Amino acid sequence: MIEPTPKQVQEEKIYRSWGLSDSEYELISEKILGRLPNYTETGLFSVMWSEHCSYKNSKKVLRKLPNDSSRVLAGPGEDAGIIDIGDNQAVVFKAESHNHPSAVEPYQGAATGVGGIIRDIFSMGATPIALLNSLKFGPIDNDQTKHLVKEVVAGIGGYGNCIGIPTIGGEIAFEKCYEKNPLVNAMCIGLLDNTQFKHGQASGNDNLIVYVGAKTGRDGIHGATFASDEFSNKKKKQRSAVQVGNPFMEKLLMDACVEIIHEHSEWILGVQDMGAAGLVSSTAEMASKADSGLMLNLDNVPQRETNMSAYEMMLSESQERMVLCIKPEFKKQVLGFFESYNLDAVVIGKVTSDKQYRIYHNDELVVDIPVDSLVEDVPEYDHQGIMPERIIESKEQYIPEMESFRDTWLSVLSSPTIASKAYLYQTYDAQVKSNTVVKPGSDAGVVRIRGTRKAITSTNDSNSRYVYVDPYIGGQITVLEAARNIVSSGGIPVGITDCLNYGNPEDPEIFWELERSVQGIADVCRKFDVPVISGNVSLYNEFNKEAIYPSPMIGMVGLIENIDHITTSCFKNSGDLIYVLGSTSSDFNGSEIQNLQLGKVEGALNDIDLDIEKKNQNLILSAIKQGLLKSCHDLSEGGLAVALSESAFENKLGFNIQTNISTVEMFSETQSRYLITVDSKNKNQIESLFGNNFECLGFVTNDSIFTVKARDGELDLELNEALNSWKEAIPCLMK
Amino acid sequence: MKFAVIVFPGSNCDMDLYYAIKDGVNEQVELVSYKETSLDGFDGILIPGGFSYGDYLRSGAIASHAPIINEVKRLAELGKPVLGICNGFQILTEIGLLPGTLTNNRQNRFICEDVQLIVENNQTQFTSEYELNEQITVPIAHGEGRYYCDDETLQMLKDNHQIVFKYTHDVNGSIEEIAGITNKQKNVLGMMPHPERAIETILGSDDGLKLFQSMVKKQKDEVQL
Amino acid sequence: MLLAKVYVTLKDSVVDVQGETIKDATHSMGYKNVLDVRMGKYFEIKFDKRTDDFENDIDSICDDLLANPNIESYRYEIVEDN
Repeated sequence: MIEPTPKQVQEEKIYRSWGLSDSEYELISEKILGRLPNYTETGLFSVMWSEHCSYKNSKKVLRKLPNDSSRVLAGPGEDAGIIDIGDNQAVVFKAESHNHPSAVEPYQGAATGVGGIIRDIFSMGATPIALLNSLKFGPIDNDQTKHLVKEVVAGIGGYGNCIGIPTIGGEIAFEKCYEKNPLVNAMCIGLLDNTQFKHGQASGNDNLIVYVGAKTGRDGIHGATFASDEFSNKKKKQRSAVQVGNPFMEKLLMDACVEIIHEHSEWILGVQDMGAAGLVSSTAEMASKADSGLMLNLDNVPQRETNMSAYEMMLSESQERMVLCIKPEFKKQVLGFFESYNLDAVVIGKVTSDKQYRIYHNDELVVDIPVDSLVEDVPEYDHQGIMPERIIESKEQYIPEMESFRDTWLSVLSSPTIASKAYLYQTYDAQVKSNTVVKPGSDAGVVRIRGTRKAITSTNDSNSRYVYVDPYIGGQITVLEAARNIVSSGGIPVGITDCLNYGNPEDPEIFWELERSVQGIADVCRKFDVPVISGNVSLYNEFNKEAIYPSPMIGMVGLIENIDHITTSCFKNSGDLIYVLGSTSSDFNGSEIQNLQLGKVEGALNDIDLDIEKKNQNLILSAIKQGLLKSCHDLSEGGLAVALSESAFENKLGFNIQTNISTVEMFSETQSRYLITVDSKNKNQIESLFGNNFECLGFVTNDSIFTVKARDGELDLELNEALNSWKEAIPCLMK
Repeated sequence: MKFAVIVFPGSNCDMDLYYAIKDGVNEQVELVSYKETSLDGFDGILIPGGFSYGDYLRSGAIASHAPIINEVKRLAELGKPVLGICNGFQILTEIGLLPGTLTNNRQNRFICEDVQLIVENNQTQFTSEYELNEQITVPIAHGEGRYYCDDETLQMLKDNHQIVFKYTHDVNGSIEEIAGITNKQKNVLGMMPHPERAIETILGSDDGLKLFQSMVKKQKDEVQL
Repeated sequence: MLLAKVYVTLKDSVVDVQGETIKDATHSMGYKNVLDVRMGKYFEIKFDKRTDDFENDIDSICDDLLANPNIESYRYEIVEDN
């Protein structure tokens, strides 16, 4: 193929199909370069200026998020953020979305999503210790969705299990709006034993740029632009952007990178993952951060296919590749080191001091542009939001129908949002590395840090129904629910990574959702001093102009200072007293029961008293530290009814409770509440600690019966019947 | 007692086994690369779980051609204990030290969960610390763990008491719920469940500890003789 | 009876991670002359008789079931099988 000339790129407006606007193209040709960019250069600008790489539509909103605390060692801007956990140790974590690739090719899309996020962690020199994920699909009522669920779950497991990192938690939800645009968000946590981490920098004149890992093919070209585009029926052609993951090679790459950073840090100046927008993004970012220039010779790039053009090589998103910046005197050692891992490693260029980005191919200079123009000069767009018409400002709450207390209880338990997801997450290895203390199924996963008394707890949370009906309060709740999950497990929240999944930001209503929900997230993060240290934005999640619910996903990490504090949600012994901390009122807008009964969610959410929220979190943590809690479960979707049932299932214990709460309110989703159990001998101690704002509901029994005497109705339910509804719902739908 | 943990490219339970020996039974242990050709000085060989060579082609198929394999076979012939867990079991069947084969779970998906095992034979150097028919809790994590062999082999396994662990119920479609078998001489054990993940109660179970204690005891008894 | 022998392989543009690993293994076993390995799947599908839509049927079976059109291509041959 003969490449179009710069003139043709301009006249035929080829740049448009790559996502560059006319005004952006003009800015590049007139202001930045003072000439017409050639075909390859235009390609580089189009991917680097895509939303995925530049955040040009969301930067203004993202600035709302606090990213500092006394523990933060590195925030957004690196491959992943870093949080100090004391004793010269730190955790590194990040979440990333792989929504569009997963919609096109679910197995590989999900697998490479996991692969990409793991590279972001080990490129910081950290050893990955845990994976989590947040998945959203359409209702499982057709073969296409079943296929999607099956393949995405298999892809996540296929990659994580093979590379040997435990998947310790996550969430799966089903909602009509995700039917054609599923969400696949993956998170990885790594441990740094030495906080002298490597920046992804390419600095120092004449230092060498080394390419390590898989060969470059034509896969995934324009993946980053593709991630910043909407879906429609017409775009089946985009299938060419499929990348295939190789977890086996990534395992070698991971072990090698962690070892070289630990053992031979004097050899290297920077390490960076080749993720979205491959070679161009990784090298340009490394150079820009170091205020350097870069010269690359593409003839040295290991290639899987023949006759690849400079454009194809620069934009390829072939997986399992890394870029290193090394000192020239250690070239032999570095190349030999990777060879011992059976990994390709070659020098492809060097650092220069003139801040130009120069690329040679077939002995010709094919790109010659300022480094900063790719990374720094991206125009920032300031959109104006408009409140969507569906938003109801009145806080009047939906009142559920309650014909049968028992039937409602069972149908809530078997609703796919609530029902057990064990059938799906059982396909993930949760225990490899022998550090997993709390496996998926409790409020948050927990891995201990071997050789210390510490443990790390983490959760992925989102409640897009709340965000949909009320973006600001919904955004607040997303963070608060994550925090309650961390606290229930015995941890102190120390940091957040997020995936902000929304529709097209150029639509003012969608921009309004984005802005309001991020404001809610930011306000809570400030109040609770929990910084957002990394994350990503996935916009344009639409199919035929129908946007998904605004779906911010919060990946929160907590520190458990002593493994003795690790607490799980399941009831432990009969005779233990059951309490609910926090008061229950009528909160039904956006709730599970509203969705079940109306087939939709609507109405504003009640304001949240952040002082009470904070007080309750502190009470739970202090009760855990005093050894008073046998179990602790945060109350969320489905309210008390669901929390009681879930806590009873694991050890097949029953409960006997009597309460002033009404039957309807058993399903209310009032925030800031916890369900706890306490040894009866500690009754006075827990009650004096809590003071007020709690209710003793009753006690745990070993007769496998749920007995509830509510204010206006009673329930007598066999545990096994409830358990079946909850446990069999998903396997049954997947058949 | 000095153990070798053989590390293939793609092994990922090597450190789990390493710590099971070092912290669980306080014995010496070293990681040994698949590239090595000698296992001199080791008293026991451990082949860890994971995905050697990505499980590409067939699980264990490519690892069975690694340089270390001849030495593993030689030590097995000398009567030294060889334990293969999960992918290690798959490798042991590929290289012919154990009969039968491990194939896709009947559910055709990966399963990670705690399972109950029955100790079917406690007269081996791997199980002497267990009671006969003792029920133990050990996790599984595999996609290809369904044990299969022909009728003749099955009869032979039974006649020689080579079936050491069985699942209490059908977890993956294995023939007769077989979870672990030895060779005829009873010095080579392969099992799909992960005893090295069950050596501390904080991780859910310490029922796997006795397996490693049994191995150590046998060796110490021999030294005393 | 008719027998369709169907070969499903990864498209040339898609990296064959298994094939590459197997190739490396043949090299380390000493077969240095091996240039490349591509791995695929092989199916035998038996049909009762040739119908009007016969080849269309095979194509549909391949497109919709046997091959993943995102990453795989297929070819087949038909032989008499008596």
